[in-house]
Amino acid sequence: MDNSVAIGRAQARYVRCIDDGSLDDWPGFFTEDCRYRVTTADNHRRGLPAGLIWADTKGMLHDRVSALREANIYEPHSYRHMLGQPAILAESGGEVESETSFLVLRITGGGPTDVFASGRYVDRYVVRDGEALLRERVVVCDSSEIDTLLALPL
Amino acid sequence: MDRLSGTTAGQARDRTWPRSLTQVPYWAFQDEAVYRAEQERLFHGPYWSYLCLEAELAKPGDFCATFIGEQPVLVTRDVDGEVYAFENRCAHRGALIAMADHGHARDFTCVYHAWTYNLQGDLTAVAFAEGIGGKGGMPPEFCMAKHGPRKLRLAVVHGLVFGSLSNEVPDIEEYLGEEILDRIDRVLGGRRPVVLGRFTQMLPNNWKLYVENVKDSYHASILHLFFTTFGINRLSQRGGIIVDSSGGHHVSYSAIDRSAAASTEYSEQRIRSDSEYRLADPSLLEGFSEVGDDITLQILSVFPGFVLQQIQNSVAVRQILPRSVERTKLNWTYLGFESDTEEQRLVRLKQANLVGPAGYVSMEDGGIGGFVQRGIAGASGEYATVQMGGESAASSESRVTEASVRGFWKAYRGAMGYDLADSPPDDTRPGRHRRARVSRAGREDA
Ligand code: FES
Ligand SMILES: [Fe+2]
Repeated sequence: MDNSVAIGRAQARYVRCIDDGSLDDWPGFFTEDCRYRVTTADNHRRGLPAGLIWADTKGMLHDRVSALREANIYEPHSYRHMLGQPAILAESGGEVESETSFLVLRITGGGPTDVFASGRYVDRYVVRDGEALLRERVVVCDSSEIDTLLALPL
Repeated sequence: MDRLSGTTAGQARDRTWPRSLTQVPYWAFQDEAVYRAEQERLFHGPYWSYLCLEAELAKPGDFCATFIGEQPVLVTRDVDGEVYAFENRCAHRGALIAMADHGHARDFTCVYHAWTYNLQGDLTAVAFAEGIGGKGGMPPEFCMAKHGPRKLRLAVVHGLVFGSLSNEVPDIEEYLGEEILDRIDRVLGGRRPVVLGRFTQMLPNNWKLYVENVKDSYHASILHLFFTTFGINRLSQRGGIIVDSSGGHHVSYSAIDRSAAASTEYSEQRIRSDSEYRLADPSLLEGFSEVGDDITLQILSVFPGFVLQQIQNSVAVRQILPRSVERTKLNWTYLGFESDTEEQRLVRLKQANLVGPAGYVSMEDGGIGGFVQRGIAGASGEYATVQMGGESAASSESRVTEASVRGFWKAYRGAMGYDLADSPPDDTRPGRHRRARVSRAGREDA
C-alpha cells in the first residue's frame, strides 16, 4: 500500500485519540524506541534542542499521560485537530519522512473555541504491513507564544 | 547627553495601602490607573530590570530586542566588545528600530524613513538630510548628537544583563545585596551559559499574581502534586527562605536532608501526596549535583520581574512582562553550560519537562493566576490574606511561610508611593452576612 495512505490513516487515528478518544492510547502511535518533542518554529530554525515536552522513550510518553491524570491540575479542556495532507519528503527501507500541517482549536470548560496552535508535524514513520508508527515526531508550533499552559499533547 | 532623569510620576493615586503586610487589596490587580502608574514608577523608576543574557550577545553585532515593562529596548554588543542598551524607538517618529527578537547587525536602519543608528544607539545618518537639489532637507541647526534613543544604565551580573531607565538606581551590588548576589553566583558564577531553548507563555492575569506565585513557597508542594508524589521538594526537606532587606528580592531553596526520617506531616494534612504513582521512565529524575552541593531547588527573584531557577538540573531564567491589567508575558530561557558533558546536557533536556508552559511542576502556575483574576472580579474592596508564617517579611528556615510574598508588597507599596492606613476590621466592612429576600408581592425584607 502507498505510504501516504498508511500515514494519513495513522494520523487520522492519532488526532481522534487526542480529541475524542482516550489519551491512554496515545503512546501506542509510537514505536518502542521513539522520540517526541514539542517546540516552536523559532527554536527549530535556530537548532535549539529543548522542548516544551521532550521525550526519548515510550515510557516518558506514558508518564505524560499519567501525570495529566494523577498529578497535574488544570481547567478541563479539549482540542480539535485539523490536519493537512502529509507531504512525503523521503522514503527508504520502510522509513518515511513526512511533514503535515496542523491547526489545533482549544475548547476550555464552558468557554469559547479558541485557536490554540498552528504548525507542522515533522515526522519519521516506520511503515510495516501497511501500518505506520511514529519513530519520531517534532511538533513545530508556528508561534513562540503558548496561551496559559500546554497540558494535552499536540 | 543624559536623559535618564528618573520618574516624574506623582503619587500613584488617592488610594491608601493597608499598614499591615498581611493584607493585599484586590484593586491592585484590577485597576488601569495602577497599571499605568507601575509603568512609570516601577519600570521607568530606580529599579533594575532583567534584559537578556550576555550569552545571547556572543559576537559583536549581536542584538536582542527586549523590554522593561512595556518599553521596548535594544541590547547590543558593539565591535569594542562592550554591551550597550537603548530604547528600541526611532528618534524620528517613534517606529521600532529593530523588529527581530534576536539577530545580528552592523548598524540599524529604521524602515520608515531610513534614519540610521550605530550599535551604541547613536544617530549616524538621516536620509536626505541635505534635501534634493538644494531643496528640502533638515534645517542646518539639526544636530544628530542631540537626537537619539535614550540610553539605559546597564549592569551585568554573572552573565545576566540588567538595565534601568533611571539614573537614581543604586549600583547593582547594593540593589541586590550580598545574600542574593551569592545565590546568583552559586548557580551562574564561573560558568558560561548556553541557551537550550526559549518559550513564551501568555498568562491570563495581572503580572503581580505571577510574581506572588513565584515567591509563594507555601503552594509549591500543595498545588504541584507531581513533585510531592515522588517525594521531592517536600516541605520537610532542609531548606529555607531568604528575603532581602528591601523585601523585593527572595530566594527559596531546599536541599536533600540526609538525616531526615520519613515524615508523616503530609498524610496528617490530608494533602494528596502519598499516591502509589510511579514513573514508567524514572530517568527523568536521575540528575547530578548541579554545583556540587545538596541543593536541588533554588528559586530566586529580583524585584520587580526577574526569576532565576534551579529545579533539579533544570536551570532557567524567567522574565515577567506586564502586557495589560489582566495579561502577562512570561519569557522562559532554558539554560545549559558550556562545561556540560553530553550526559548532563541530556539530563537538562529531560528535566526541562518539569518547567515551562507544559511543565510537570509549573503548568499549574499558568492557570492559577487566571483563577485568582477571575475569582476577585467584583471584590475590589476586599483583601487577600497573607498571614502564613507571621506578619513580617524576614528570612526564615521554614518554607511554610508567605514571608517573601509580604516582602514583595513591602517593596511594591514603597515604590508606588502609597500612604499607609489601618484598614477597617473585618466585621465593620459592609455586606457581611446580610440577606435580602424579595417576596412574590415584590416586598423586600432584609
Ligand atoms: S520613524 Fe524612523 S526614520 Fe522616521
Ligand atoms: Fe508554582
